Amino acid sequence: MTVTSGQTAAPALAEEGAFQPRQFARRFLQGDLGSLRVILGLVIIWIIFQSQNDRFLSAVNLTNLVLQVTAVGLISVGIVLVLLLGEIDLSVGAVSGVTSAIMAVANVKHGWAPVPALALAILAGAAIGLLQGFVLARFGVPSFVVTLAGLLGWQGAQLYVLGDTGTININDPTIVGLTGTFYSTTVSWVIAAVAIGAYVLASLVGRRRRAAARLPVEPLPALVLRLAAVSGAAIAAVAITTSDRGLPLAGLILVAFVVLFDWLVRRTQFGRHVFAVGGNAEAARRAGIRVERIRIVVFALSGTMAAIGGIMAASRLLAVNQSSGGSDLLLIAIAGPVVAGTSLFGGRGSVWSALLGALVIGSISNGMDLLALESSVKFMITGAVLLLAVVIDAIARKQRRAAGRL
Amino acid sequence: MSNDIPVLEMRGISKSFGPVQALADVDFRVHAGEVVGLVGDNGAGKSTLIKAISGVQPADSGEILFEGRPVSISHPNDATRLGIATVYQDLALCDNLDVVANLFIGQEMVAGGVAGAFRALDEVGMEHRSHELLNQLAVTIPSVRSEVGMLSGGQRQIVAIARSLLGEPRVVLLDEPTAALGVRQTALVLELVNRLRDRGYGVVLISHNLVDVFEVVDRITVLRLGRNVADFKRSETTQQEVVAAITGALTGAGAGNSGGER
Ligand SMILES: Nc1ncnc2c1ncn2[C@@H]1O[C@H](COP(=O)(O)OP(=O)(O)OP(=O)(O)O)[C@@H](O)[C@H]1O
Ligand SMILES: [Mg+2]
Repeated sequence: MTVTSGQTAAPALAEEGAFQPRQFARRFLQGDLGSLRVILGLVIIWIIFQSQNDRFLSAVNLTNLVLQVTAVGLISVGIVLVLLLGEIDLSVGAVSGVTSAIMAVANVKHGWAPVPALALAILAGAAIGLLQGFVLARFGVPSFVVTLAGLLGWQGAQLYVLGDTGTININDPTIVGLTGTFYSTTVSWVIAAVAIGAYVLASLVGRRRRAAARLPVEPLPALVLRLAAVSGAAIAAVAITTSDRGLPLAGLILVAFVVLFDWLVRRTQFGRHVFAVGGNAEAARRAGIRVERIRIVVFALSGTMAAIGGIMAASRLLAVNQSSGGSDLLLIAIAGPVVAGTSLFGGRGSVWSALLGALVIGSISNGMDLLALESSVKFMITGAVLLLAVVIDAIARKQRRAAGRL
Repeated sequence: MSNDIPVLEMRGISKSFGPVQALADVDFRVHAGEVVGLVGDNGAGKSTLIKAISGVQPADSGEILFEGRPVSISHPNDATRLGIATVYQDLALCDNLDVVANLFIGQEMVAGGVAGAFRALDEVGMEHRSHELLNQLAVTIPSVRSEVGMLSGGQRQIVAIARSLLGEPRVVLLDEPTAALGVRQTALVLELVNRLRDRGYGVVLISHNLVDVFEVVDRITVLRLGRNVADFKRSETTQQEVVAAITGALTGAGAGNSGGER
């Protein structure tokens, strides 16, 4: 460490220098720029599948991919928060099932209008999460056990709610429209322009504020690169989807939730406390953070997002049945963020990993469907990808530790 | 020792962990502008006493007076509100967060905004204040945005110390703040302790290094097996006498009560 006894040290302005490609490369390899590494992985996966079947990167298939990953991506948003705490929520699949069943029964059997039915389902998800969070915070039961009990219990509740019918078909236009709405070319471009404008503006305002406080700012080339990459992605998304059915509302909903939760996690006091508890719960407690309350809120949010994901799944399937929320949904919802770099051990990760992870796993699944592979092969390959991602993450963390003393 | 009423006084503090009595009827006080050394062998109960003051592990019984008023400290926030800041022996930092985040943990600056805990953080304000704080300690750290987990032991310790100076503390509790520090850094921390006293803070310093202790403290309180055994003015004692009190070789001497039996 550098001690300059006596004289006052200048504020560390080291970062302000020019853009350093070598440093950039090193950070990339060490996984600091985790999202970038995942995007690279995604590109490779896409190239592989495209080379095997040239329909993979077609507008139709990419739009399908978006629709396929929406539900699981939304559930993963909640999972990211739980993982950041160093906890796990095994109930999200069952919660998405039971809440979508509640929505369907209210809407179809009891004739509720779509909005109250949706609100009821989301509230039910929040209440379930709140209950689980309360039990594990109040009685100190590991989240693994509480949510495993939840997994079984809510599955039972789902069967009970559905009753003898088994399957409830949904044809309410609002609910179906959640995944069946595609915006026209003009509207899509307006949406993209507004989103890009807001992003650029927010970046520039933030930069100005730092500069005004004479704090180091992001190097200009990096900023330009970042803005260009995000704008480019938005433009590409609109260009591709509008050449098929149009910009899907479902994709917008997913991105909106990711942006909202990303802000919540990185920019608010609540989010900071989530990271603190996930990093060192005892230190957080000593610093006066109400650790229990944070846990309860996070599990409530996880339940809420599970319900929202369940609604989107029901909307896409046009039905809720006894196996809604079952099968591999839970595993994929957890595997996605982990594949995309969110740690299972708490304190490290990003909400964007929910979206990127869902895209990675969704792409593999979609691509293998195109290649008409057996589901046995699909499961094994998906498992191998998850394992690979976790191993890469572990290696990256080791390297980071080794290079720790900068 | 500027006035007669201690800024912080503990009376008859007891604390048990199951069968282990970590503190038995302990009295302790520190005045504004005074540095008190709290010494004792491993397991004497020093850290337990600190945690009782800071609210992370409230005592079973006993009285706490702050500026003469009885207060109850049952949560870390109670201590923070009173102006009691603590550097724990195990530092209590979040390795996954950067220096700025660690300095402000639990006391983040917020930029107005939405209700309750969902308020937006004032990162610019916090980073600015972090530079001020670290400059005040005359210490540079690679970057205030580096993860604390990547800092060296000494740098981590400095971060923990800097954090305690964040608010406007009245009392600073330092549990072995120099344990991980090199010679120069130790000197720096001792110099800081002197500055804190000059500013009128009450300072409690725990250390096993009696040379360090003798360099800065005004008074020394000795704990042994969870009890008060002695209380010395630095000017009226020697290291040998303090060592004797710590090890139990001394009975009935010193300015304090002699309870070194058992
Ligand atoms: N959380 C706990 N649970 C059980 N016993 C504890 C706990 N904390 C402390 N103790 C016991 O209380 C006694 C006093 O411990 P304490 O940590 O206060 O000692 P100390 O004086 O700080 O020692 P050191 O110099 O080693 O830091 C010890 O016997 C210890 O084992
Ligand atoms: Mg101790």
